[in-house]
Parts: sequence; C-alpha cells; structure tokens
Amino acid sequence: MEALTGALAQVGRATLGALAGMGYAASLLVESLWFTVAGWRIGQPVRWRAVFEQMRQIGVDALPIVSLLAFTVGIMLGIQFIAALGEFGAQSQVVIAVAKSVTREFGALITAILVAGRSGSALAARIGSMSVSQEVDALAVIGIEPVRYLVAPALIAMLVMLPALTIFADAVAIFGAALYSAPALDVTPAAYLLQTMTLLDPGDIGQGLAKSVVFAVLITLIGVSTGFSVSGGAEGVGRATTRAVVLAICWIIIADMIFSFFLNR
Amino acid sequence: MNAVTTLIEVEKLEAWYGKRRILNGVDFRVDAGEIRVIMGGSGSGKSTLLRHMLGLNRPMSGTVKLFGKDIARATEREKLDVRKRIGVSFQGGALLTSLTVGDNVALPLREHTALDESTIRIMSRLKLEVVNLGGFQDLMPAQLSGGMVKRAALARAIVMDPRLLFFDEPSAGLDPVVSAELDELILRLRDALRMTIVVVTHELESAFKIADTITVLDQGDVLMTGSVADVRAADNERIQDLLNRRPREVQVDADEYLRRLTREDG
Repeated sequence: MEALTGALAQVGRATLGALAGMGYAASLLVESLWFTVAGWRIGQPVRWRAVFEQMRQIGVDALPIVSLLAFTVGIMLGIQFIAALGEFGAQSQVVIAVAKSVTREFGALITAILVAGRSGSALAARIGSMSVSQEVDALAVIGIEPVRYLVAPALIAMLVMLPALTIFADAVAIFGAALYSAPALDVTPAAYLLQTMTLLDPGDIGQGLAKSVVFAVLITLIGVSTGFSVSGGAEGVGRATTRAVVLAICWIIIADMIFSFFLNR
Repeated sequence: MNAVTTLIEVEKLEAWYGKRRILNGVDFRVDAGEIRVIMGGSGSGKSTLLRHMLGLNRPMSGTVKLFGKDIARATEREKLDVRKRIGVSFQGGALLTSLTVGDNVALPLREHTALDESTIRIMSRLKLEVVNLGGFQDLMPAQLSGGMVKRAALARAIVMDPRLLFFDEPSAGLDPVVSAELDELILRLRDALRMTIVVVTHELESAFKIADTITVLDQGDVLMTGSVADVRAADNERIQDLLNRRPREVQVDADEYLRRLTREDG
C-alpha cells in the first residue's frame, strides 16, 4: 500500500512540477513580449544592441554548422528517395518528394534541433551561472528587469533568426539533394533546381516557417526558464544545461508531430 | 536638513523558507546619514533581511519601506525610482562576467540616464578612482582578485550617487589588510558623499570599526540595536557569545532527538 501511495505521490509531484514550469515559462513569454512592446514607457526598453548581439550568436554563428548538416541531410534524402521510389519506377517523383519533405519537415526540424543544442543550452548556462553568482539579483537591484535585459532580446532574436535559418537550410538541403540526384535522374543540377521551384507551393515553405516560429518560442522559453531555476552551484548549471537541451528537443519533436497532423488533414 | 529622516523602515517582517521561519516579526529602522551594521551569526536571518530590503523577496507579512515607499506594493515605476536611489554591493561582487569592469560600472548610467558616452566614461572612471581601481576599466571581472572585485562592485554601486548603500559581507574571504582598506573606504564614502550605509557582516572587528549603530540579529529576532559601546556592554548572553566567540550551548531535548533519529523519510 505504502509503495503505491508513494508512487502516486511522486507522479502527482512531477505533474505539479511540470505544470508550474509551464506556467513560469508562459509568464516569461508574456512579460518579455510586454517589455518589447511597452517597456520603454516604464524606463525598461529592450535594447536593439542586445537583440543584434543575440541575433549574431543565434543566427549568424550557426550558419556553417546549419549549412553542413542541411547539405548532408539533402544528400541523404536524395539517396533514400532514389532507392525507395526507384523500386517501383517512380524515380521522376524524387524531385517533389525531396522538395516537400525538406520544406515541410526537415529544414525546420534540423535547424531547430541544432539551435536548441547550440543556443538553448547557451541561454540556460548563461542565465544559470548568472543566477548562481547573484548577477541576476544585481541586475534587479540596479533597476534592470532581468526578463527585459536577458530574455526579451533572446526571444526576439530567436523569432527572427530561426525562420531565417530554416529558409537557408531548406535551400542548402535541396541544393545537396540536387547535386546527388541530378546525375542519377539524367538532368543537370540547374534543371533539377528549376523543377523544384515550379513544384514547390508557397504553402510548403509556410508550413516549415510556421513550425520554426513555434520552435523558436520553445527553445528560448525552455532555455531561460531552466536557467532562472538553477540552484546548487556549478553542478546545478551543468544539470540545467543538459535539461534544457533534452527538454527542448523533446518538445520540438512533439510540437512538430502535432503541427504536421493539423496542417496535413 | 535638521529633521532626521528615516530611509529604511521595516515593520513586523516575517519570512519563511518552506516550513522554516527565518524572521520572526523583525522591526528595523535606519536614519539618514548613519552607518548601520547588521550583525549576526550564520543562519541568523541577516541575509534574508537584506534580500527583503532590496525587494528581491516578497514579505509573507509585515512591510518594508524604503524612502517611505512600501516596495512590495509599489508600481514598477515607483520601484525603479527607489532602485535608482540605492546602491548594492553583493557578497561575491556579482559583476556581469560578460562585460569589462568599466562597462559594469557604467551599466547603471547607460540604463538610467541619457548622458552621452564620453560623460558616462568619465563618470565611471571617476568612481573607479574612488575605489582605487583607476586604470583597470578594460579588464574582465575574471582577471581581478577577490578584493578588486569587491571594490569594482562598490564602484558600480555608487556610480549613480545613491543616498543609500547596502554592503553585503565586505570582508568575507579577504585578507586582513584588504578588508581594513575596504572599511576605510566605507567610512570615506559616508563622510565624503554623505551616504547612508547598511553593512551586513559577521566580522566583529570590522563591524566595531565602521558602525555608528549595530543591530544584532539572532535566529530571526532582533536582539538589540545600539551604539558600539552599548553592544559591547550588553548583558544579553547570546550577544556576549557572539562577541567572545563562545560556542552555543546546545540543549538536547531527548524526545525530539530520538524522534529525529528514528523518523522515516517522507
């Protein structure tokens, strides 16, 4: 009996903890949007400099690794589709299969997972170590709202850069697929790309972009909220960083599935 | 100014961490122009009292007023006005590690004033000179020693010329010479800049040197508030324990002791 109630209590505590975490993340979202829109009126403006700095760290610095992975995924999709569709003589469908799967799914997903690993963890580590060393308290008593100074710039930067990186990843992945598949399909890469352009619907790209906006919110909120709730010194910061990445990637994949379901009914 | 103004007014402040009560209805006032030392052993509640005065924790009950404003009930705007008039030097310094020392000191000016960049630079360098860190503005906080970090944090705390300065454990972790220098600096700030200063510390020597008045906290209660001489002469046993570094006499309650040992984890 005791084992059962103990287990139930644990489930209950975990549920409450998760709900509290979500509530906290939601309040951070509302607050940072509010500071962005109306912060300047109460002397708490979101600084453009900080936003640009975050945009550089989240977006520009991620370009090489995003290119590399998107290119690789493009080639991989080319290989798979040529093999799979070739089995029943539908090789000509490779172009549209690659185009749709990259723009609807893989571009957004690969980019989001990469950015979660790079920037979600960096946000958690930065804010976590700042909480531990009382820097967050120091900001507050100087009269700088920590949410305005630390969260809002990251959120805006993420909302701009993740969709931009997604478009970029789409292009690179399709280019990779073109380089691999064009010879197998007996066309030039340029012709492959042209065909992709005619087959693609703006809605396909829109689907990927809509997802990337949601992913941007998830990565930022999970990163900063785990960062702010760090306790227990350097070890706590390490744990929060891992937790931020794992949680963000889980939520990204779950959100992706839900999105795909509703957008493709 | 003839009438003495009260800058800090704490009334019946209670604070809890979970089920543990940290402050049991503390009353506390600080008048303009004095150096008040809050003294107490670890676990006495002095850091918690400080966090409440800074508005970092919300009181469970009771009020904390700074400059006559109840900070738990103030609007964002009012809170910001209060915070522009106070300076805080944290125990570990709490300099932003991503900014240089100079940028750290300039941060409050950049955020709260419309001064141009060269004025801000000069003002922050002036404050660095005040704490004897002239020329160190381009270093990163990680490159400074413990005493320098504390002095840089002090420069950041006074850069807006606050009327009220809080100082958390100025001498903790510093060698005697450096901590004596910090004490001198605190006295100079009061005399030169007419600041009211609240220092939280457990170092007796430094407390007696700088204090105008001392508040002794013990286990969430204010034992006494008085001048250095009053505190030295106090006949309260706990105060004398603290002054003479006597270990507390632990009273063992046999039933409670057995209960703690045999209790199952829940």
